[in-house]
Amino acid sequence: MSDAVTVNPCKVCAPLGACVAFRGVEGCVPLIHGSQGCATYIRRYTISHFREPMDIASSSFAESATVFGGSSLFSTGLDNLIRQYKPAAIGVCTSCLSETIGDDVALFLREYVASRKDVALPALIRASTPSYKGTHMDGFHAAVRAILSCIVKAKGATVANQVNLLPGFVSPADLRYFKELLADFGLDGILVPDYSETLDGPSWDEYHRLPEGGTSVERIASSANSAATLQLGRSLRAGGGAWLEQTFGTPCRRLGLPIGLRESDAFCDALSEISGHPLPEIHARERGRLLDSYVDGHKYLFGKRAVVYGEEDLVVGIASLLNEIGINPVLCASGGMDEAFKEQVLAVTGDAQRLFPGEMEVLSDTDYDTIFARAEALKPDLIIGSSKGYKMARKLGVPLVRVGFPIHDRIGGQRQLHVGYRGTQNLFDLICNALMQAKQDTSPIGFMYV
Amino acid sequence: MNMITKIPEAAAVKAEILEKYPAKVAKKRSKSMVVNDPATVPVVQANVRTIPGIISQRGCCYAGCKGVVLGPTRDIINITHGPIGCGFYSWLTRRNQTDPGEVGPDGENFMMYCFSTDMQDENIVFGGEKKLRAAIQEAYDIFHPKAIAVFATCPVGLIGDDIHAISREMKEKFGDCNVFAFSCEGYKGVSQSAGHHIANNQIFKHVIGRGNTRPDGKYVMNMLGEYNIGGDAFELERLLESCGITLNATFSGNSTIGAFENAHMADLNVVMCHRSINYVADMIEKKYGIPWFKVNFIGAESTAKSLRKIAQYFEDPALAERVEKVIAEEMAAVKDASDEIRPRTEGRLAMLFVGGSRAHHYQDLFRELGMKSIAAGYEFAHRDDYEGRRVLPTIQVDADSRNIEELHVEADPAHYAPRKSTDEMETLVQHGYEFNDYDGMMTEMEKGSLVIDDISHYEMERLIETYHPAVFCAGIKEKYCVQKMGVPMKQLHSYDYGGPYAGFKGAINFYRDIDRMVNAKVWKLIRPPWLDTPQITAEFASA
Repeated sequence: MSDAVTVNPCKVCAPLGACVAFRGVEGCVPLIHGSQGCATYIRRYTISHFREPMDIASSSFAESATVFGGSSLFSTGLDNLIRQYKPAAIGVCTSCLSETIGDDVALFLREYVASRKDVALPALIRASTPSYKGTHMDGFHAAVRAILSCIVKAKGATVANQVNLLPGFVSPADLRYFKELLADFGLDGILVPDYSETLDGPSWDEYHRLPEGGTSVERIASSANSAATLQLGRSLRAGGGAWLEQTFGTPCRRLGLPIGLRESDAFCDALSEISGHPLPEIHARERGRLLDSYVDGHKYLFGKRAVVYGEEDLVVGIASLLNEIGINPVLCASGGMDEAFKEQVLAVTGDAQRLFPGEMEVLSDTDYDTIFARAEALKPDLIIGSSKGYKMARKLGVPLVRVGFPIHDRIGGQRQLHVGYRGTQNLFDLICNALMQAKQDTSPIGFMYV
Repeated sequence: MNMITKIPEAAAVKAEILEKYPAKVAKKRSKSMVVNDPATVPVVQANVRTIPGIISQRGCCYAGCKGVVLGPTRDIINITHGPIGCGFYSWLTRRNQTDPGEVGPDGENFMMYCFSTDMQDENIVFGGEKKLRAAIQEAYDIFHPKAIAVFATCPVGLIGDDIHAISREMKEKFGDCNVFAFSCEGYKGVSQSAGHHIANNQIFKHVIGRGNTRPDGKYVMNMLGEYNIGGDAFELERLLESCGITLNATFSGNSTIGAFENAHMADLNVVMCHRSINYVADMIEKKYGIPWFKVNFIGAESTAKSLRKIAQYFEDPALAERVEKVIAEEMAAVKDASDEIRPRTEGRLAMLFVGGSRAHHYQDLFRELGMKSIAAGYEFAHRDDYEGRRVLPTIQVDADSRNIEELHVEADPAHYAPRKSTDEMETLVQHGYEFNDYDGMMTEMEKGSLVIDDISHYEMERLIETYHPAVFCAGIKEKYCVQKMGVPMKQLHSYDYGGPYAGFKGAINFYRDIDRMVNAKVWKLIRPPWLDTPQITAEFASA
């Protein structure tokens, strides 16, 4: 990769991640303090993936505000938003513009609240998300932490079967699965965020100003009382779970994103410990079927080479799955800038070195131009990642299995299931079938009975 | 078909919408929502700031500059100077198409790429000039392009990076690569329209007139404001070629830097999207003596009319004859399609809230389908796009517009050559030509229709609740909200997955796509939220 010019970025900016997370709070409207273009761009981009309404407000900076500050635009924006939507919460995040001029949004919010004492205000959440720091994942996690730190004020008595789940940037289908799994363990889960309905809702037969769904402000306010917080994602250090633990002593368990058998086992073991219940029968059978399918498919997969890219935690999860099913992830790449990414990948693929010695590259802080250049040299059998890898897959003549975000050249990105035994089964079938189809399509005979 | 016989009265709908706003907002929005009368054309407030917290369709200055104007030109490397988001979001999201021709897809086509300096906090604190200089150098070393364009995002203007000085320096250093920059920070102006203007000014200053090659052909013209979404420009190129007219440069769709450089060698400029580029047509005329007039290739009838206008301008009976032949040939298929489809679309309602010219142009296609455009408005247009250029002298220039540079242009001593004599121009005017003119959208909309500038999300929802149109046209941001309300939504920015819609073949594509949408079975399977909502009913004024 060249040093100064990024060619085809493998990351998006922080406010995007924050806006997605804010949509996981019931009745919450995100507001970006900055130029209206940020809200528009982020709306249009997330909408192309989720195919759902995505309202994001803006304080609509004008040129004069870059000199005098955006305070009055900010409070006008809040006023209008409250009047139009009557939201339960407003998630404020910043842009590179407001951060560069040094707008003190915390002060603006204090002044706003002080000047409107006679009105019932929504919960006001504030995250600092300058686009020149980190990626959309940093914005996502900053918003999760802000949701908790702005809403959770006190700790009451611990509720034994209540757990907080900070799932990370997963699909709405993943969130629905998590909720089902927690319920089957007899656990009362508080998901932060939960955009399973707000960003993948049914057709409307009655009109909604804001889509239904999301975790309510009241539920989030009680999250210090949970028996534990499960914080998913090996890359995440000081997340919202850490904040709850430091502030209220709610124990935080840090786990990988549960993709693949072992990471899913670790997740279910934790749920089992907290709930005191064994893995529920229905999920035990899903686990069994998954393992059985690993056996059925191993001859199609063993020794195949894959290029995987995307958010750090997603790539680590996929790499863990590939390692279990005998595919060598010859390149694991992320636009994320954490140097610990390599260690995280190695932690789930350690034994691969025995079977495929010296044949795995890990790139952080990289772009698609670099990924493509390496992929050309590494000659993978398949590519796993977002729609942004399509051109690369096409040029290399290998299949692309679409996972993560964004998926804008297929329908159903929001319904792609990645996590747990069920999500792993879905990914396993997709990967296996992609390779089988590639073999069939490139065979001179084209066997239909394989 | 769920046609409604009584159409709610526009003034009542407007009053009802405004009722929900705070007094100050209602007062401001009231001026941007007018009940149309094509005879008198009321004043509509446009090109003013969006109110904070009101969710708008509008994008920013950068989006208009980099995304819209420079995006569709394949052999320029566009480097976004800023944090990563802006470059990523404008990375081939407009479905502009390009045909690199003989050099193939891997030739001088950089449209698949997104180049960014990916500024980090240290660049914000210590300045990003060094990184930008290195980025330009790297892009040059890797690709050796003919031109490199640099785009400022919000923080660049704030920290004071001198992108223009760096571009000049690198241009001199390279010698064979034109490097120029755009101060198109997102906070400038009130919409992407400011970005179009900044982009076009720089193209005029740094590119047009650098070449001196006139393409072969007797009738050479440029097309301004055609962005080749979904292959529109390809279809128009085919059509013009079959008429024997040579298209020199298209600003900017399927375009190249070389064609821009030679734009002043043509004999006519026709303008499609008046909003985004009319001032370039004016400047080219002043500097080089090339007349311009407005055309519209959206709609079969409009296409025929525009072709005839071009043919007549060149004053050659042989050309006119050839154009008539092409129109006759193409219209046969248009008529077949129309005869088949129109019975299924006749009498139904359309709404268009999009762009700076599309909300006008596409009404012609709906008219051909027998559909009524009941409400329309632009996202980033100015008053002249609504009311016609006759109102130009009365448009007040506010602080936001004053910051956008107006170039002072004089006749070029070497290259100014009036393409028509004063007498010839007068004769054409007597034959009904309107040079340098555009009558705007409202003169062609029915009395009693509703015109709304910079429509808000809330206003859009109220319109749908009230009118339940057969189709609503806007962009992807509105798409799923409209569809949740049980109404099909056509994207007129990117055409969803379809197109071309320009020209005769494009018209047929559009008829089929609208038929497919408004008559899709799914709308009968869902129960839309407005079904039980009481309506304001009154006779539509002109019905």
